[in-house]
Amino acid sequence: MKAAAERFSSPLWRDRALAASAISEMTKLAAAAAAEKGERVNFMEVCGTHTMAIAASGMRKLFPKELRMLSGPGCPVCVTSQGDIDRILALAEIPGVIIATFGDMLKVKGSKGLDLGSARERGADIRLVYSPLDAVALAAAAPSREVVFIGVGFETTAPVIGSAVVRAKKAGLKNFSSTAFFKLVPPALELLLSDPENKIHGFLLPGHVSAIIGTGPYKFVAEKYRVPCVVTGFEPLDILAGINMLLKQVISGEPRVEDEYFRAVRAGGNPAAQELMREVFSVSTASWRAIGPVKNTGLEFSKAYAAFDAIKRFKIKYAEAPEPAGCLCGKMLLGKALPPDCPLFGGACTPSNAVGPCMVSSEGACAAWFKYGA
Amino acid sequence: MAALSKVALAHGSGGRLSRELVESVFLKSFSNPSLLPLEDSAEVRIPGATLAFTTDSYVVTPVEFPGGDIGRVAVCGTVNDLAVKGARPLALSAGFILEEGFSGDLLARITASMRRAADEAGVSIVTGDTKVVEKGKADGIFINTSGIGLIPRGRRLASSSVKPGDIIIVSGNLADHGVAVMNARNRLGLGGAIKSDAAPLNGLIEAALKIPGARAMRDITRGGLATVLNEVSGACGLTAEADEEAVPVSAATRNACALLGLDPLYVANEGKIVIFAAPGAAAKILKALRSHRYGRDAAIAGRMLKENKPQVRLNTAIGGSRIMLMLEGEQLPRIC
Repeated sequence: MKAAAERFSSPLWRDRALAASAISEMTKLAAAAAAEKGERVNFMEVCGTHTMAIAASGMRKLFPKELRMLSGPGCPVCVTSQGDIDRILALAEIPGVIIATFGDMLKVKGSKGLDLGSARERGADIRLVYSPLDAVALAAAAPSREVVFIGVGFETTAPVIGSAVVRAKKAGLKNFSSTAFFKLVPPALELLLSDPENKIHGFLLPGHVSAIIGTGPYKFVAEKYRVPCVVTGFEPLDILAGINMLLKQVISGEPRVEDEYFRAVRAGGNPAAQELMREVFSVSTASWRAIGPVKNTGLEFSKAYAAFDAIKRFKIKYAEAPEPAGCLCGKMLLGKALPPDCPLFGGACTPSNAVGPCMVSSEGACAAWFKYGA
Repeated sequence: MAALSKVALAHGSGGRLSRELVESVFLKSFSNPSLLPLEDSAEVRIPGATLAFTTDSYVVTPVEFPGGDIGRVAVCGTVNDLAVKGARPLALSAGFILEEGFSGDLLARITASMRRAADEAGVSIVTGDTKVVEKGKADGIFINTSGIGLIPRGRRLASSSVKPGDIIIVSGNLADHGVAVMNARNRLGLGGAIKSDAAPLNGLIEAALKIPGARAMRDITRGGLATVLNEVSGACGLTAEADEEAVPVSAATRNACALLGLDPLYVANEGKIVIFAAPGAAAKILKALRSHRYGRDAAIAGRMLKENKPQVRLNTAIGGSRIMLMLEGEQLPRIC
């Protein structure tokens, strides 16, 4: 455990001299890549954890001017549609229901301006948990109550919540259910790329999602859309190395899927987690913030586990709801805006009084820019 | 500042919202020259002497955790709030709010632990109070402690006295307390390697004050080093600059924070202080700290700049830089 932790998070991954040499290489590569493209190079970090890591390490100020990093649709809270947030709030209003959730969901506002935090102040029973298994334990300990876990996220969280549901089923728990507002990363990339206005020259792909799904599902990005891909870890030097690998692909004109995070990611991913996802979930329509419902881009409970679907159990209807007025979260997720482009950023919208989810989530682009000043 | 409509949990986090609550409600009602500096304890002048006076309430779940318990924290927190003003603790009070049904054995363990911490600090708990509330009206046990101390003549420690060029010294590894409690509360399975640092620091502080040159000291509790640096920067009007690599954090705690998505600079401590020292005195103060059992991992973590702009900058490990704000709301573990 200790050795593994050091391998993943050794001080070497934050080493100043190694970082300086990576930046100096990046400066040369970016100039060459920009010359190749005839414009500034735009890469997208798909994952919110990358967005945060870039801001927290202060590396944006070190980037060459020919490179711009855009934030993508990889923040679980941010991509959840306004309509789905409203459904979560509706669940919290049901008498007797205990909502178990990760902390990030607490302050995301629904279309009426309320959030789970304000629901708690009005008397709703909202419990912060660190693992969905804690929610299963809560249900076992409170048989007279209904416990609903708020499942949102990507291929990283889906297997964890899947395993909680499997455990609840084995234990015969009738009072546990979950939402399954899961999104899939490869279809999200296809959504971005199918937009002719997109200017993305390369993807820094999410390390944790790829540890589950492997590198195969991204092949279409390089082959069909000719866009470079590098699966990347989360330490500062991982990110610098990932960017340099993308720049080299741009210069060579030979896009492919590379794996910088090979200490965690195997080409085939995690077969046990994939099997669990296939058992508990099936591919479905998902409703994306600012985009709306898109076929085959998410997961819902499979027939065998449909009884655990909180939305079906409590018959919660979906209604399209508008984005908060003036909020650019939707454009941000598509790589079409950066936080300072938003008129609300830092004024009407701050982390403690957030308008949009990108300012609420600890992985949101606006929260990263606000908190770290870039 | 807008009037407060409702108290939210984040108003108790020790960060920016706590500050807003204090300013918009408590200062509005209570404002006076002793309270106004909003330091860890207030100075109260009486003929011939200056006293330090402080109070703090303690609510921790679970009440016992690796390295400490609510009683130890209640004594150490108040002793430390006095000591960072340069005061020698004279006497403490302890008020208990107990929930009907609370275990007598556990209460006895907590009070024994308070006695041990008070003995270590060389102070007595000279007065107290007990209230019992119906089951469900409190979470087991809440403790309030107050303390008075004597500030020796000639000593003046105040955040507003900090000068450009002053050196920022941290007394040891940060974030152990917050991570230990979070691990115990949520059974995160990080093992018992990370222990709360709860400790009375009046001995350590006396050792540091033997060397002239300390201009201010702060107890680094809720909100972590980042929040305290922001408060001091606000009080003296200067930019504070910290070096990420130089801020002491143990490898175990750093890894635990990385796993949970927490920033150790915002995590609570119960046995760490930050000292703002004149440049010429910093090395000697550091040496004095390091020769004390509670200061072995002390380190120089940064400096105050000339810029008259109250903000905190962090030079990152890889050579970048960014700002560091006060804690916003509660620190919450991430989703993935």
